[in-house]
Amino acid sequence: MTDRNRFTRRGLGRIAAGAALVGAPLPLRFASAQSAPANLKVGLILPMSGAQALIGQMCKHGADIANDVFADLKLPVKLDIVTYDSETKPDVARTQTEKAVEAGCQVLVGAFDSGQTIAVAQVAEQKGVPLVVNIAAAPPITESGYKFIVRNFPTAPMLLTSAFDLQKQIFAVSGVTPKTAVVLCINDTFGSAMLGGIKAMLPKAGMPYEILETITYDAAAKDLSVEVAKAKATKADMLMPICRLNDAKLMVQEMVKQRWEPMSINPGTPGMYEQDFIKSMGKYGEYTISIQPWLDPKSNMTKVLDKHHTAKFPGVQIDIDAGFTFEALLIAANAWLAAKSTKPDALMDALRKTKIDEHVMVGGPIQFDAKGQNVNIKGTVLQNLQRKPKVVLPKESAEATLTFPQPGWGDKRRT
Amino acid sequence: MNDFLLALAQAVAKGLLTGMVYGLMALGLSVIFGVMRVVNFAHGEMMVVGMYLAWAAFDALQVPPMLSLPAIAAVFFGAGYLLQRGLIQPFINRPEHQQFLLLLAVATLIANACLAIAGPDSLTVQLESRFDSYEMGPLVLDTVRVQAAFVALLITALLWLFFTRTRTGKAIRAAADNHMGALVVGLDVRRLYAVTFGIGAACVGAAGALMIMLVPVTPSLAPDYTLLAFVIVIVGGLGSMTGALLGGLLIGVSEAVAGLLGDPALKSMFSFGLLIVVLLLRPQGLLGRKETR
Amino acid sequence: MSARLLAGLAVLLVLLLAAPALLGGYGLSVLILVLYFAFVGQAWNIMMGFAGQLSLGHALYAGLGGYVAAGLYFHYGIGPWAGVLVAIAAAVAAGSIVGYLGFRFSLAGVYFALLTIAFAEFTRIGFDNWSWSGGSGGLFLKVERGVTDLANLRGGPVLFYYVILALAAGTFGLCHLLLQSRLGRYWLAIREDAEAAQAVGVPVLRCKMMAVMISAALTAIAGVWNAFYYNNLFPETAFSIGRSIEMTLSPIIGGLGTLGGPLIGAVVLTSLGELFTSVGDMLGIPGIKQIFYGLALLAIIMYRPAGLWPWIAKRLGLERRL
Repeated sequence: MTDRNRFTRRGLGRIAAGAALVGAPLPLRFASAQSAPANLKVGLILPMSGAQALIGQMCKHGADIANDVFADLKLPVKLDIVTYDSETKPDVARTQTEKAVEAGCQVLVGAFDSGQTIAVAQVAEQKGVPLVVNIAAAPPITESGYKFIVRNFPTAPMLLTSAFDLQKQIFAVSGVTPKTAVVLCINDTFGSAMLGGIKAMLPKAGMPYEILETITYDAAAKDLSVEVAKAKATKADMLMPICRLNDAKLMVQEMVKQRWEPMSINPGTPGMYEQDFIKSMGKYGEYTISIQPWLDPKSNMTKVLDKHHTAKFPGVQIDIDAGFTFEALLIAANAWLAAKSTKPDALMDALRKTKIDEHVMVGGPIQFDAKGQNVNIKGTVLQNLQRKPKVVLPKESAEATLTFPQPGWGDKRRT
Repeated sequence: MNDFLLALAQAVAKGLLTGMVYGLMALGLSVIFGVMRVVNFAHGEMMVVGMYLAWAAFDALQVPPMLSLPAIAAVFFGAGYLLQRGLIQPFINRPEHQQFLLLLAVATLIANACLAIAGPDSLTVQLESRFDSYEMGPLVLDTVRVQAAFVALLITALLWLFFTRTRTGKAIRAAADNHMGALVVGLDVRRLYAVTFGIGAACVGAAGALMIMLVPVTPSLAPDYTLLAFVIVIVGGLGSMTGALLGGLLIGVSEAVAGLLGDPALKSMFSFGLLIVVLLLRPQGLLGRKETR
Repeated sequence: MSARLLAGLAVLLVLLLAAPALLGGYGLSVLILVLYFAFVGQAWNIMMGFAGQLSLGHALYAGLGGYVAAGLYFHYGIGPWAGVLVAIAAAVAAGSIVGYLGFRFSLAGVYFALLTIAFAEFTRIGFDNWSWSGGSGGLFLKVERGVTDLANLRGGPVLFYYVILALAAGTFGLCHLLLQSRLGRYWLAIREDAEAAQAVGVPVLRCKMMAVMISAALTAIAGVWNAFYYNNLFPETAFSIGRSIEMTLSPIIGGLGTLGGPLIGAVVLTSLGELFTSVGDMLGIPGIKQIFYGLALLAIIMYRPAGLWPWIAKRLGLERRL
């Protein structure tokens, strides 16, 4: 008995010593992160673990090549980007943001998920550190009167306005118009925002179809056979899925199994254009249509970004996660260049006055309105063709031709 | 009306098939909890490891889960035996909250080891047959689901034979019924407990190998399965193998039908409601015997 | 002994009061977490450690408390000091239902724990689909920079620090008094042997219900604090089993049924958590923090199953069962 006690006490001492040893280099870690002199220290808060880890990693790709792209474009700025893991949880996002601010980050970028972004935004607002939102669609982020936030991503209502317009374009170009539609919607912050947006905007949008039913499903659902069966039973012409990656895969799998072949247009949610979806679904992922903001194939900066992305991450398809994250860093870099200072008020002022004509995503110049929202971002129609998402509309940015309605699951065109 | 009835029949059929795999998973818990009263909070995590192993076998060696199942079950038996002997044995008579914390720690370790090794993305076994289905009259049944259910049933039958026909099986049941009596009669209860845990673990591993055919795996699935296993075991009845299977079927069908009739997002509410009702009105479960302590 | 203990506590109190001046923003946020877990752990401890009922669904009370108070503030502008009373009422009602059903139907151990989990999950799904509380999209309270308003709990971390310090210290004192009281002695009797206690005339059902209700009430207060500190609530996290489990770790690790347990547990676990996060950041492997954390839990439960505080207390020579 006494032996065990003594061991444990010594053991405890060892553990404490070990902890001190581990803890000691921590302040050094922050110092060593700045190996070369950087102009601006950016805290990048992303979900690097947890359910959204894959997307977090894609976003980080955009950050990893940012300095290289700046160098290539002869932009005289270097960013010190430190990534913090939000673990896909708002409370962790919050403490990590505090850590970032404490570590001396002068600008924050994040956080992909609306719930986590709001948590980050609150810390940013309280501490007075500018936050550039790379991706997050929930309206409250720019509707709460925060003064230290700019968002370079469309809100859910913006995504939907764009979606409705582009849907009309699809119907016009293909000559086929559905009369009825059914919505399959994921039940989380983003899904609810989109659904709410649809309900609010549909009456005024003048769409030629009527939504017969809206079926929601749990975000953690492992199996969507009941939901798809219900959707199929409505006999609607068109499906509008509001989903994320994992459920997108489940959904399409069920549609194939249950032999349901409606027209399908995703009005602005992730999942169906992602590399993992395309790889897993094989020929059944072809011809899937998503309406999304996307990288402008005609922009020079996009080509440079793509070049560096392919070089550093071969085999990984670049998408809006990397694109918007890069743009957020571009915005931060640009603000520093304009302000020539790292003081928060000066940076914030420069951020509000941002006007960047040449950038990566489709749309007008990057500019923020009084609420900090960039209203110039345009959506595009993406269709998975030859195992890649390609822009098919609007015509000015198109790199391939639209196929609508989509071929059936057994159609010969599907390879 | 006809459409609705068809959809309902479809849902019930699917629920029954999935329910068999649930039943096998719950069987593992029924064996562990029923015999040793160990609150296995790592049950879902064990299931998820089984899913990962089956996925890995398919990914690296192109061995379909049904073929890798026996090997996985054997590995789980061994691991479960060792885990019980090494870690859990001292905790058998300790208060619940200590067992709970021990197994919670084990669960955290397993789940995060999975996360570190396999990453957070959902992984599927892309079987050739995953889009195929059998047609039984107007009903369309997924091929993989039918196969999984069949194997689950087979394993359950084998287990039943084990517990009723073999000496070790009967000894385990004796130890479960009356611990003191078993000691008096000279049974090596500690070894029996280890074997029991091994068997329970093997069930879970096998269930995992089958489940990966139906559902993609991520580390975050684990807590849901732990809860599901407990719900099924309680609803079906502790100490009753048929009860675990029946509970699995019941939960499988109720999930499917609840999703069809109401808002699919409220599917789980039904299971929890059922659990509450059973806990209050018939805590021994549908087929369990009343506790004699 | 007693004098040494009091002196130690006094020093601790002074340090805690001065903490905002001594620690930076990050350090303060960690200390706030420690106090929060000590507070909520103490509340859970009352039900488990004092009355012996394993509740794994305590997030129900925290979530209810948070949502009620936040909802009232968000929709009607009712401040949290009034809102907390409604929150407590809601939580106590829920606790009474759970407690009554559990005790009336003689559910014990795992069965009772599962009942608590079922209720928490049930409520989570309910809130997920209720638009008044924002549904699964969450409820957000507005935040402004530079505003310090104690009446509405709007302000910086320092404000929340002192509030949680007061709550934690107050609960510590409350539990001390409870343990001294007759109710406390009844609880001890029930915990040791409920049947014998009943035979001797202890009103078991009523004492157990008191434990549940007090525990629920205190947890609800924690929930209210939490809601106003983080300014956002999601059913998925507020009622999650993960939250419930979090609440149980500090008291179990620290020492069930003891006064110092939850505090020690909170200090150790939170420090370990932050340490492992830093190590994990350095190593760059996803989930490594949790692995270390799990190992730590395993080690503690295996070598110090009664908790750390009893062992520390013995070492420090504090004979009295604190």
